[in-house]
Amino acid sequence: MNTHERLVTDQRDLTSEPFDTRTHLRHARQQAEARGYDEFFIVDVDSHHYENEASTEIASYVRNDVLRNEILYQGISRKGITTGFGQYQDLGGRLTRYPNRKKEAVPETPHRDVTLMRRWMDAMGVDVACMFPTPLLNLGLSPRVDLEVELAFGYNRWLCERVLSQDRRLKSMLYLPFNDPEACPKIIEEFGDHEGVIGFMVTTTRYKGVYDNAYLRTYRMLEERGLPLGFHTGLGGQEPGLSTAANRFLVLHALGFAWHNMVHLSNWVINGLPERFPKLNVMWIEAGLAWIPFLMQRLDNEYMMRSSDAPLLKKKPSEYMRDMFYTSQPMEMVDNREALELTFKMMGAESQLLYSSDYPHWDMDLPSTIYDLPFLSETAKRNILGGNAARLFGLEPELSGWKKERQQQKQEAVAV
Amino acid sequence: MQEYRICGRDEIPDGGVRIVDMGDLEIGVIRQGGKLYAYRNLCPHQGGPACEGVRMPRVFDNVDADGRFIGQEFDEGELHIVCPWHGYEYRLSDGVNVCDAQLKLRKYEVEERDDDVFLRV
Repeated sequence: MNTHERLVTDQRDLTSEPFDTRTHLRHARQQAEARGYDEFFIVDVDSHHYENEASTEIASYVRNDVLRNEILYQGISRKGITTGFGQYQDLGGRLTRYPNRKKEAVPETPHRDVTLMRRWMDAMGVDVACMFPTPLLNLGLSPRVDLEVELAFGYNRWLCERVLSQDRRLKSMLYLPFNDPEACPKIIEEFGDHEGVIGFMVTTTRYKGVYDNAYLRTYRMLEERGLPLGFHTGLGGQEPGLSTAANRFLVLHALGFAWHNMVHLSNWVINGLPERFPKLNVMWIEAGLAWIPFLMQRLDNEYMMRSSDAPLLKKKPSEYMRDMFYTSQPMEMVDNREALELTFKMMGAESQLLYSSDYPHWDMDLPSTIYDLPFLSETAKRNILGGNAARLFGLEPELSGWKKERQQQKQEAVAV
Repeated sequence: MQEYRICGRDEIPDGGVRIVDMGDLEIGVIRQGGKLYAYRNLCPHQGGPACEGVRMPRVFDNVDADGRFIGQEFDEGELHIVCPWHGYEYRLSDGVNVCDAQLKLRKYEVEERDDDVFLRV
């Protein structure tokens, strides 16, 4: 037996290696290069950062003295497992980026969130990412309406000024404080034209009904401006119905994320909002896909027997659902290839589905979850990975730096 | 099959991992509980670096003979390799996924001789 080392090209000692997103996602970059992502535009329509790590900065953008003081004192973050909100989504230390993210070294400028976003985007081959907050996704369940409004203004001001303005690859659909219907138009007015703002977002972990006449002005403003309205679901860990019955995070997450979008989408369709705002593009975010065919079938079946409950409708609920947009993650992919293919067909995925990673959250999906699906054509893959988002948000399909460099290298190789 | 000297015996402490890069093949050499293990550093789920995560004992629900739930406990006798991307768990002893035996981390032979660690590929 030969003893030699000539094929070992590198070795890394993890005992002393610091955490770095680029290393953590090295395999993602390998996938991106192997699949030739440099050939086309990729948009991630649902990614996240941890705004609670910038609580102090955000507090300085909150104008209310009392609430600013409170945020400075206790931070934005949830208070951990003792709150009973089922908050152990980092799997007790099993997912290393949760505890190690805070230790990752970044240069002093640009803002830390900009550097971290760029690192994972470049690793995955994502050219443009729409970023959303994390703890704020549950703010809609707080009974403190004034707090939601102040934090929405403060967070949006901070995000626009400190993050979105630093890199045109970064976009957001800004948080609407939906518990105060009069505050929402003010947010759209103040931030609607800001660089990097590609729409507005309502978290669906809340009790307010989307059908309330109080929201008509908000919907009209978005429709007139051509800005999509995204509904981002969440855990709803403090929502009494779910959190009192589900004792494990897996149950709370599997049901909660689908449930909150199902409630508000059903209300949206059955109350005829697609007929009242026909040019308003609506998108449903982070609930996966398996609930979509379920809800199409349930609503159609009941609508045929109870059309008087939905007299504004001119077609079946599933047809309205097929006009809407959906983000892909967390895409259910375990032993269900046939069901997944049917789901894609039922929802018209080639034009209505938009890739999302949800990075850095625990159930993130890489672009390969879409790219490797055997039942999609190359055109369909590229539409879902970026083309649909480019059309919906009016994005210029500009490739990121490493992709341009790789293309140039290829051209030079051909020329030689 | 060829054998490669990876490093000195002392260069992988207990609980430590060394990632050996061999072109398009990455192998994680793990020392845990005094033993060495070697698996391909590739999770069959989404391609994560499976060997770069933590090792955690199996968790089990302690249910008594009447079916009464007593509590959750660690089984220190069964350690798992946890993929750091999504938490997919594989038995350290054989690399088999704990939820679906069809999913496996590819195993390689590794041994210590004299003061060195050798990997067979």
